[in-house]
Amino acid sequence: MSVTVRIPTQLRSLSANAAEVQVEAGTVADALKALEATHPGFSERLFDETGGLRRFVNVFLADEDIRFLQGVDSLVADGQTISIVPAVAGG
Amino acid sequence: MVHVQGLRCRECGREYEAAPIFTCEWCFGPLEVAYDYDAIAKSVTREKIAAGPLNLWRYSDLLPVEADSAVDLGTGFTPLVRADRLAAELGLGEVWLKNDTRNPTNSFKDRVVSVALSKALEFGFKVAACASTGNLANSVAAHAARAGMRSYVFIPSDLEQGKVVTTAVYGGNLVAINGNYDDVNRLCAELAGIYDWAFVNVNMRPYYAEGSKTLAFETAEQLGWTVPDHVVVPVASGSLLTKIRKGFDELYKVGLLDEEPQVRVSGAQALGCSPVAEAFIENADTIRPVKPDTIAKSLAIGNPADGYFALDVVRSTGGGFGAVTDGEIVEGMELLARTEGIFAETAGGVTVATLKKLAADGVVRPDERVVVYITGHGLKTLEAVAQTSRPTATIAATLDAFHEAFDIEES
Repeated sequence: MSVTVRIPTQLRSLSANAAEVQVEAGTVADALKALEATHPGFSERLFDETGGLRRFVNVFLADEDIRFLQGVDSLVADGQTISIVPAVAGG
Repeated sequence: MVHVQGLRCRECGREYEAAPIFTCEWCFGPLEVAYDYDAIAKSVTREKIAAGPLNLWRYSDLLPVEADSAVDLGTGFTPLVRADRLAAELGLGEVWLKNDTRNPTNSFKDRVVSVALSKALEFGFKVAACASTGNLANSVAAHAARAGMRSYVFIPSDLEQGKVVTTAVYGGNLVAINGNYDDVNRLCAELAGIYDWAFVNVNMRPYYAEGSKTLAFETAEQLGWTVPDHVVVPVASGSLLTKIRKGFDELYKVGLLDEEPQVRVSGAQALGCSPVAEAFIENADTIRPVKPDTIAKSLAIGNPADGYFALDVVRSTGGGFGAVTDGEIVEGMELLARTEGIFAETAGGVTVATLKKLAADGVVRPDERVVVYITGHGLKTLEAVAQTSRPTATIAATLDAFHEAFDIEES
């Protein structure tokens, strides 16, 4: 599946300033790992030592928080968008 | 005199310059203002604070922006009132209410916004923005008007009318989003990457959050430079609770308290949006986000950014957590109004209902001096009590009608 990954400003130094990157992937995890293949450095920023997503990294698939889906194992459909968004406070 | 050294990641400790940034580029952890406490200790005294203005800027030594350039509507130094009737009803001893309904836009958010927009002007921003559950919206719109800034305020479209009107009246752009607060917040996090605006809860967040410390500063000063044994604080993003603890600690660090504060911190959430309370009760390490469903819309953040830090504070201080139903929230609002004459919004109902629950469970004890934070005014959420708070009787303007409706024995 071809999916679009939207890159937050904090990580654009790794994507040559691109706001979006196209990758081929079957799951969210695949897509995030595919970023590493084309733009080295992503994995250590997104994942902690145990291989889990860092706790302040929020990932959305088609605008839904993946923690409401199957997490990084969520299946992606052709043409969908994945957004990486830092947690923000407020109220 | 500002004593800011820079920003520091709360997660991994990496340091940054004091800029309009909010997350660590390395681990995405939130950035926090770092101060030179030795310099503050040399500069600040109780007498200097007492001689300062009767608002939050009396604590400017411990804030990240100069008081001279403050965007100020007169926020802070709100009443701390003894609540003996409420205490008696709950079987508690010394209970105090920090009544932050008495701020310019009637919630504690004026504290954070006053600091955030003061800093935004210092950075040269022309536009103020925020994602809000309502109270922040009121405050950003008002302070932007005061500062002559343009504003974009983003809210969930299902907010209470009392919060929509009291934002729109200030004349900025008010954008209602078809979605919940977490949807609004995500959009704002992305917009903040595109537009050069001061999003108070996004790129201004490290400075914004510091404003909440003034609730702790005022509490200690109003208690004669001592601290409570126990505080009960409403939790949405978790920032307020975390910063109240930080505020007490800082007072000791700079020599304004004689003894190291040992304040138990308890958190209050609505059962319909209680991700942090659930993690506490289940003794879990991870906070699972939820889809909020509660009348306490100002606390309806399903994905709380500072939830982990709030959880740490409650656990490490020996506090507790309560999660209360919508019915208990309304009862809490009515209990507070009936016993103490203070009309709080739904979040205040959550806090009072949680206090009641924690008192019944023995977590908040009768031998403790307790401070309860009432963070927003009841007129903002009239809908919550509109059905139960009605005229006792509607009668003709005659003595007969009155006597028919009321059988009065005392004179």
